[in-house]
Order: sequence, then C-alpha cells, then structure tokens
Amino acid sequence: MDVLILAGGLSHERDVSIRSGRRVAEALRDAGVKTDVRDVDSDLIPALLKLGETTVWPLLHGASGEDGSLQDVLEMCGVRYVGSDARSARVAWSKPVAKTVAHRAGVATPDYVTLPQSLFRELGADHVMGAVIGKLGLPLVVKPARGGSALGVTTVADRSELPKAMVDCFAYGDVALIEKAVAGTEVAVSVVGDGDDAYALPPVEIVTEGNYDYDARYNAGRVEYFAPARLDDAQTAAVADAALAVHRVLGLRHLSRTDLILDADGAQFLDVNVAPGMTETSLFPQAVEAADRELGDVYREIVALA
Amino acid sequence: MSGEPEGTRLDPWLESYASRALAMRASEIRALFAVANRPEVVSLAGGMPYISGLPLEEIGETLKRLVVERGATALQYGSGQGDEELREHITEVMKLEGIHAHPDDVVVTTGSQQALDLVTKIFINTGDVVVAEAPSYVGSLGIFRAHEADVVHTAMDEHGLVPAALDETITRLKADGKTVKFLYTVPNYHNPAGVTLSMERRPQIVEIAQRHGVLILEDNPYGLLGFDNEPLPALRSLSEDGVIYLGSFSKTFAPGFRVGWAVAPHAVREKLVLASEAAILCPSNFSQMAIASYLDHHDWLGQIKNFREQYRERRDAIIEALEEHLPDATWTVPDGGFYTWVKLPEGLDARSMLPRAVTARVAYVPGTAFYYDGRGADHMRLSYCYPTPERIKEGVRRLAGVVNAEAELVRIFGTGAGSGGPDTVSFPSPDVA
Repeated sequence: MDVLILAGGLSHERDVSIRSGRRVAEALRDAGVKTDVRDVDSDLIPALLKLGETTVWPLLHGASGEDGSLQDVLEMCGVRYVGSDARSARVAWSKPVAKTVAHRAGVATPDYVTLPQSLFRELGADHVMGAVIGKLGLPLVVKPARGGSALGVTTVADRSELPKAMVDCFAYGDVALIEKAVAGTEVAVSVVGDGDDAYALPPVEIVTEGNYDYDARYNAGRVEYFAPARLDDAQTAAVADAALAVHRVLGLRHLSRTDLILDADGAQFLDVNVAPGMTETSLFPQAVEAADRELGDVYREIVALA
Repeated sequence: MSGEPEGTRLDPWLESYASRALAMRASEIRALFAVANRPEVVSLAGGMPYISGLPLEEIGETLKRLVVERGATALQYGSGQGDEELREHITEVMKLEGIHAHPDDVVVTTGSQQALDLVTKIFINTGDVVVAEAPSYVGSLGIFRAHEADVVHTAMDEHGLVPAALDETITRLKADGKTVKFLYTVPNYHNPAGVTLSMERRPQIVEIAQRHGVLILEDNPYGLLGFDNEPLPALRSLSEDGVIYLGSFSKTFAPGFRVGWAVAPHAVREKLVLASEAAILCPSNFSQMAIASYLDHHDWLGQIKNFREQYRERRDAIIEALEEHLPDATWTVPDGGFYTWVKLPEGLDARSMLPRAVTARVAYVPGTAFYYDGRGADHMRLSYCYPTPERIKEGVRRLAGVVNAEAELVRIFGTGAGSGGPDTVSFPSPDVA
C-alpha cells in the first residue's frame, strides 16, 4: 500500500492544506505506509500517469481540491484515490446545493438564501439586503457559497454590518450564502466509510470565544474543544444520524466531516467537507482520538477503502 | 449528560505565554501569502532580491574554496562582534555613503533584522515610544510590537520625513509624558513608500532628534541601489553619537547569508555585542567569510551596478503598467530600491481585496501592514524587484481587474470592506518583509 498525498494547490487554503498533508503523511508513515507528499502543479498529470498501484489522497482544501475538478483529473488518469468522486464532491462543495439535498433527505438546515453579487447590482443592494433581513431576520451568517476555513464568513447582528459582510464575502467568490444564525451547540461529526457501512466518529463540540473564524481555527486558545461532545446519548445519536444521512445522500465516500448546530429542534446541518482539515488543530483528528483510535490506523483504513 | 469531559484548547501552555506573545497569531492574510510564492502567481508582494542576477557559478567556486581551504575556521564558532576581516570590508562599503567608521565600531548581525531586534531590546521598556515614518517597514513594526513598544507614526512626503511634523510629534509626545526612545527611519528608497529623504532635510532631522535627546535608528538596506543618483550621505555621517546605523548585504548581495550590521556609539555598541552574544553567541562565521571572500574576489560594485540596472528596468515596467492599467490610482516613482506605494481610488480597501487578488493570481502587501494603528487600508505596496518586466506587466494587468471588481463592490454596497486593526501582517514571513 503506497500513498501519494496531494497538498498545497493554489486555493486560499493552501497553507492549511500543506499542514494537513504533512500530518496525514506522518501518521501513515508511522503506521508503516510508504507515503509521499507533492504539490499540484503542471507536472502533476505526467506524475499521476506513472503511479501504478499507488493510491492518491487529495488533501487540497478549497477550490479545485474540493470542487470535484481534481477528482475528475484523477479519474481521467485512471488512478485510485481517497475521498468522494467528482460528482459528489461538486455537490458537497456548493453549500447551498448540499443544504438543499440534505434538507430534501430530511436533515434540518438553517433557513437561507443564495445570492450572486450581480443581483445586488441589478436590484439595488439596499432593497436586496432589506428583503433578506425581512425573510431571515437577524442575526445572520454571511458566507461564500463555496469555500472553507471560515474565510469570508461574518456573523451579522445589526443591519449596518451587512454591507461590509457582503463585501468581505464577495472577496472570496461571486455567490453568497446568507443563512439565519442558529444558536446552539456547535459540533462536527466525522464520518468514515461508504454507504451503509459508513460510521460516525464521536462528535467534537466547539466552544468559541467570539466567532469560529480563521483566527480561532488555526491559533490555539480561543476555542475549547470537547471530544467527545458534551451530549447525551440521544443528542449524540441525533448528530451522528444527521452526519451519516448527509454522507449517504450526497453519495460521499471514505471520509467526510459534517458541521452541525444542535438546538432545541435537533441537529441543523451547516456544511460538509469532503477533504476535512487534518492539521494539529483540526476536528477530524480530534474525533479519531476521541474514539480511542490511532490516527495512522484510521488513515490506513481510509486508504484501504479507495 | 454522559459525564463532563474536560475540554481542550489544544495548547497546554496557553496561560504561560508572555504578554508580548499574545499578538503572535497566524492570520488569514498571512495564510493567503502561502499562495504568493507559487510560480502561477505574479508576486508583487515580496521584497526578494533578483538573486538570479548574481554570477552564481563563480560564487559557488568561491564558497567551495572557502570550505576546502579555510573550512576549519569557517565552520567553527566565531567572534560575537563579527569577523574582523568582514568588519574592515564593511567600513569600506559604508564610505560610499559618507560614513567613516573603524572596524571596532561595527557589530555584525544575522541580517540587519537582528540588529533592529537588538537595538529595540536594549532600549525599549514596555510602553516606550518609537517614532516611525508613516508608513513604516513591516518587519520593524513586528519587532517593536514584540518588545511591547508603542509606535507613533510621523508624516512623510515625497521628500521623506517631514521635519516640522517630526518636531511636532516628539514635542507632543513629551508634553504627554511619553518616553520617546528613538526615531526609526529608512531614509533611502523607503520600504514601503519608495521615497528618499532629501539632502536638505537630512541635517534638519538630525538636529531635531538631537535637540529632543532622541536617538536615530537609521535602517539603510537600499542606499546603494539608487538608479541614477550617487548615494546620499547617511544620517550617521552627520552625527556619530546620535545615530545607530544598520546596514545589510541582503539587498546588495544575497539575503541567504543573513549578514547585516550595526554601527553604534561606543557604549551602545558594547551592549549590542553582549546582547547579540546572549541571543546567538556569534553570527555565522561561514556566511561572514563567504561575504568577505565575495567582496575580495568579485567586482561587487559592478554587481551592484547590474542590480541597479535590472531594478530600474523593473521600476520602469511597473510604472508604465500602472499608468496603463490603473489610471485612477496614484503611486510613488522611486529613484531606487524595490517598492512603489500605491494609493487606491477612493473607497477601496487593499486588505479586503487580497483574496480576490490571490484568486486572480497576483499578490501584493496591503497598506495596513505598514502601520501600527490600523491605517493604510487605502494603500498597497508593490514590489518590482523579483518578477521580470513581462511578469510585472501581467501582474499589474491582473491587479487592475481586481481593483475594478472591488470598485464595483463599493459602488454596489456603498462601502469598502476590511476589518481594520493593526495586526495585519505583524509578523511577516521573510518574503513579505
């Protein structure tokens, strides 16, 4: 079993991806798996064509790594790879599409609208923002429809903050997802496996001073993690079921991480990641440890699924 | 509840950090720069010299000889003050800017960045004030913040520091009971502003500092990189007791050796040596001897002339591209060095545009990085030192698309973005500095 991890790339999350790649490689090597790491560049396809039996693990976060395009390349090159296929990745990558699919499958999700920048220009920003607040109320969460690591995400408590939040969001993409902010317990549920055999790792609870933004995610201190989450059995089952339902209905493979808010109405789906962060502060490795398992063993298992 | 598991903040030492470490945090902006070094991206962000312009094969031979013939010394510990032969060379280099110093006056450091750190360490108590140009070198602000100084900016214009403004700033600070420890200035081809302190103002600045009893910290990495001018006399040449001078081989030769130096009044110098020994024992003997060999055996002045010509060509390329693609912005036209300082059209925010720029495969440093007080969002620093003229033009073309897209956002929402705050790039990666 040889593994080639793809990490880096050109997305806004390059830095996180490089750290994720290094961590997974280290764990796999410790577990006895011969593992290399490489960036994604113009020499990638010739390198893929020479791979033979090596399994590729794309650990690129953000566009091209999670939007299905890299997976398309891997399929065209006929290589075996870890993670969801191109079509499923593409659906998961778009937060509004994933929310719609999850909702239709019976998973609750905060009410939202998806609006392109051009709409604000054509209809007038004040009118559109007024209508958004009229429908969803305050507070709101504004986020790029595609993207990760909380880049471009703002929680808006007052109407006056909305224009700036929109501008910050559109710096990362042309389409914004504006979502009703839900108060509750924030949890991330990592899933391993495929279809009916998929299983959820213990949920990780995230308690943040302020917003769970980039600073909170990648600098230790502002976030307190509880792994496993401080939930009763029914709550734990509810968030696990929601994550598994999302994993299955989106047709995801091998691994995913679903972010949820648990409130009085139950688990509310926010987002799913097909290439979840694997850095020293990331949630997936914390879930593995909460399950009393070795990272290397779980990563080996994931590679074996490919 | 199924018990009360303990939470973790992922760092068992959170409560142990010194207060000066609290601002040392990885930022979103810093993460974006991770993309800037990829070849697909035209980086107008970093101040990286054009090292490919060096005679690398000849330098390789020199280094080989150094190890083979003098390796036992080159690879050993050395003097805390620095290699004497190199210090002699440094005095020769400084004569070009009117400084007449003795090798004993020189302290060799690990880049001038370490000299900056040492000077700050020996002078600054928490809350002491450093007066710095507005804007100021991002790497200096990181050091000042790390030593818990308070930085107060003072105005500069196209001729450098404004004497009257400096006088007023120091007077006001003193009247407010502040302790002003030194004036930090980059007089030549300023980073990031690209301007040079005029000949006329130099003695005025020295006089004002002397009158107020404020030391001058003169940081001069670019002084020999003027395109058309002979080097101007250093402030140190006007006052031996009132100026600490910092020099560097990073821009005139190569930053990979990490060799800079400080020239300071006698008593200050003694403390700098002790502080340096406490920090690093001694600067790299190998790097110092490599540079001394380079200065001995190569036409280093000729090389600097080549660099100047290459950088002038790049400066011309960026100015031409700015004129063509960003007619609504304004910028400085540097006579030397690496940088132009661009003021964006009204309402635009360089910091909030950066993700869009990275998507468009062009990088720059937002102006907020060069202020201690959150100003600068309407500016960006563009470096022209590293990309070829063709790449520079392409980079500015891409940048124009980003600026236009941002301008549309401002038109739509009636606001720029940017979260402000002083911590943009407070601890820069080397390619940003």
